[in-house]
Amino acid sequence: MRAVKLNGLMFMLGLFAVWELVAQAELINPLVVPPLSKILKIFFELLWSGQIPAQIVVSMKRALLGYFLAAAVFIPLGILMGLYQPVYRVCEVVVEMLRPVPPPVVIPVAMLFFGLGDEMKIFVIFFSCAWPILLNTIDGVRNLDWVLLNTARTFGLSPGKICWQVILPACSPQIITGLRVSLPIMLILVVISEMVGSTDGIGYFILDSQRRFRVAQMYAGMLSLAILGYALNQIFNLLHRRLLAWHWGMMTKME
Amino acid sequence: MNPVSKFNWPGWLAFSVLLLLWETASRALPGLRVYIPPISQILASLGQLLLSGAITNHLTVSLVRFVEGYLLAAAIAVSLGIILGYFHYLHSLLEMLIELLRPMPSVAIIPVAILTLGLGDSMIVAVTVYACLWPILINTIDGVRNIERTLVDTGRTFGLSAGRILWQIILPGASPYIVTGLRIGLSIALILVTTAEMVAGSKGLGFFILDEERSMNSSNMYAGIILVALLGYMLNRGFVLLERKTMKWRHGMIARGAR
Amino acid sequence: MPILEVQGLSKSYRQAGGEMTVAIGNISCRIEAGEFVSFVGPSGCGKTTLLMSIAGLLAPTSGRVIVKGQEVVGPPPNLVLLFQEYNKSLFAWRSVLGNVRFGLEARGDHSADAETKARALIDLVGLRGFENHYPWELSGGMQQRVAIARALAYEPEVLLMDEPFGSLDALTRLDLEDTLLRLWAELKTTILFITHDIEEAIYLSDRIWVLSRRPSEIVQELQIHFSRPRNQVTTRTEARFMEIRNDIYRRIANQDAP
Repeated sequence: MRAVKLNGLMFMLGLFAVWELVAQAELINPLVVPPLSKILKIFFELLWSGQIPAQIVVSMKRALLGYFLAAAVFIPLGILMGLYQPVYRVCEVVVEMLRPVPPPVVIPVAMLFFGLGDEMKIFVIFFSCAWPILLNTIDGVRNLDWVLLNTARTFGLSPGKICWQVILPACSPQIITGLRVSLPIMLILVVISEMVGSTDGIGYFILDSQRRFRVAQMYAGMLSLAILGYALNQIFNLLHRRLLAWHWGMMTKME
Repeated sequence: MNPVSKFNWPGWLAFSVLLLLWETASRALPGLRVYIPPISQILASLGQLLLSGAITNHLTVSLVRFVEGYLLAAAIAVSLGIILGYFHYLHSLLEMLIELLRPMPSVAIIPVAILTLGLGDSMIVAVTVYACLWPILINTIDGVRNIERTLVDTGRTFGLSAGRILWQIILPGASPYIVTGLRIGLSIALILVTTAEMVAGSKGLGFFILDEERSMNSSNMYAGIILVALLGYMLNRGFVLLERKTMKWRHGMIARGAR
Repeated sequence: MPILEVQGLSKSYRQAGGEMTVAIGNISCRIEAGEFVSFVGPSGCGKTTLLMSIAGLLAPTSGRVIVKGQEVVGPPPNLVLLFQEYNKSLFAWRSVLGNVRFGLEARGDHSADAETKARALIDLVGLRGFENHYPWELSGGMQQRVAIARALAYEPEVLLMDEPFGSLDALTRLDLEDTLLRLWAELKTTILFITHDIEEAIYLSDRIWVLSRRPSEIVQELQIHFSRPRNQVTTRTEARFMEIRNDIYRRIANQDAP
């Protein structure tokens, strides 16, 4: 197994080496594909100078606000819709009407209302992350076993306590799935909304670099985006492991 | 358990009430009308755009780009996925590379595409292909890897050639996974096409919607959005119908509780 | 005054097709405080429905249940129902200790003592050392012990048990029967036990009610006079044990005859 993993690493490094040589020899237009070394050099420069981190912070502020707003609204709504069939039926048509709207298409609407500011991006992300969170929460509640609910009742718990102490923890794995699926959606939409209508943020940075033909800088931006995506994933898993240690243990045992 | 009618009366009622509120509020408050025109006006605009053919060009352009990008991505990703799924060595070779590229949102590739391919159709198709590649590829690899070894060995024991094993065993066996990937790819393709058109297009539904917003023609903008949503919905339905026809055996299995 | 009284209880359901099914026909009985009583009956005779109705989780179609003089209209505060599917009943997100503490919390006991009490109960059911384990890490028998400990933490005056040992292997079952009797002797709770295992019912109980098929009614009431503490070897080999067992068996088997 190790040998195979090593081969994968060697293959990748080999690929990078080829890239470097080809670019340096100008076999490919360096304006389109600069040497890897140049990209990395600029990447680290921008990292130390704080320019890239600053843009990332700007983007993440918007993104996370939209994300948590969506969670704060759609998890409770999902619980209500999952528990009470009447609530579900009332909301169902509206949800099914809004769902097929591809999230980026909402950007012009948001721009109409909010201009080019932070609110526009927050709104777009709020809308885009809504559906995975909502649908997964509803699913989680619906899959609750009646034995669990009746256990809570037999111990004399009030409805409020049942919700907080039993329903929420029991559904949390499914809710986490919804939050996990929404994470890349959040990242994609913040980038798109910044490319379409913004003056800052990592998405804007990448597009702007392209417009100014600062190509190495553009690739550096993309690299930082990839790292950001990876980091978000790892942080999410860490939180999953910490907050839902019981579920994490159960999941990893099953494999 | 009370028998519940299949038609969702409360849902449609709630929806209609909301529409009614929208219509009346929009008509009553002039300040609101710019941002949220009355539904009737939006629908009228939609009708007019379709009938006059003003939007037809944009619609076809987007549709063509979508179809090209999606089918190309599907062809590449499924083929590549089968190869990588079957030949474990190749897969482990490329695995690290794949895991490196995955976390980067596909939309970030748009500036690169603009740089290399300019602002035209090829750019938009290219980014669509790139974005759709991932879900289809990964799901296909998963699907092929999950095929029981015994199935393949059965084929070999019957003396089937590699090609026939591929066609008669691997593809059907992996098809549930492949279909999942294809379905995800469907929505991604639509998203990418509209996005690319918004970022750097001069034609297409994405561009149209943004352009109308810039000109403050909110009615047309909403009309365009409704059209895109309808398009997405119909594509999805079409896919589900196609899947149901071709995957009858799987539905039967699921219905009987097998796995 | 009997601690629990069931008066003319009946329960009907509307099926998916729209037709009414009568699960419980007519059941009346009286249970004194501290008794260990069992209901035995063929599968599908509505035993679970009966327990759920007594526990206030289902509303009866007619008749009523009285616990300590109060009519049951919802889950009564001094009564707890232990479900057959313990794995679906335990809280997966709480450790063993957490689950047992839940029983205390549900009673309103948030005191500093609560943890000590919980640990004592865990010890009592024989799970010392497993306090920090999660349910998925335990075997079926151990999970059922946790469920029992959690129920006892609530200090109910009446404990309803729905075929608690039904899905366990034979040896575990015998072990848990004795554990249960030990706990019952110590805590002096009233226990209402449901099982399809006739011998188990005889081994455990002071009294047995035999139920008919749907719509279920009580077809036989038996007093069980074996000395306590019961013993898996000696009690079960008493001549009278087999006689009672055959009697009940014939009574139930006869119901299969057309």
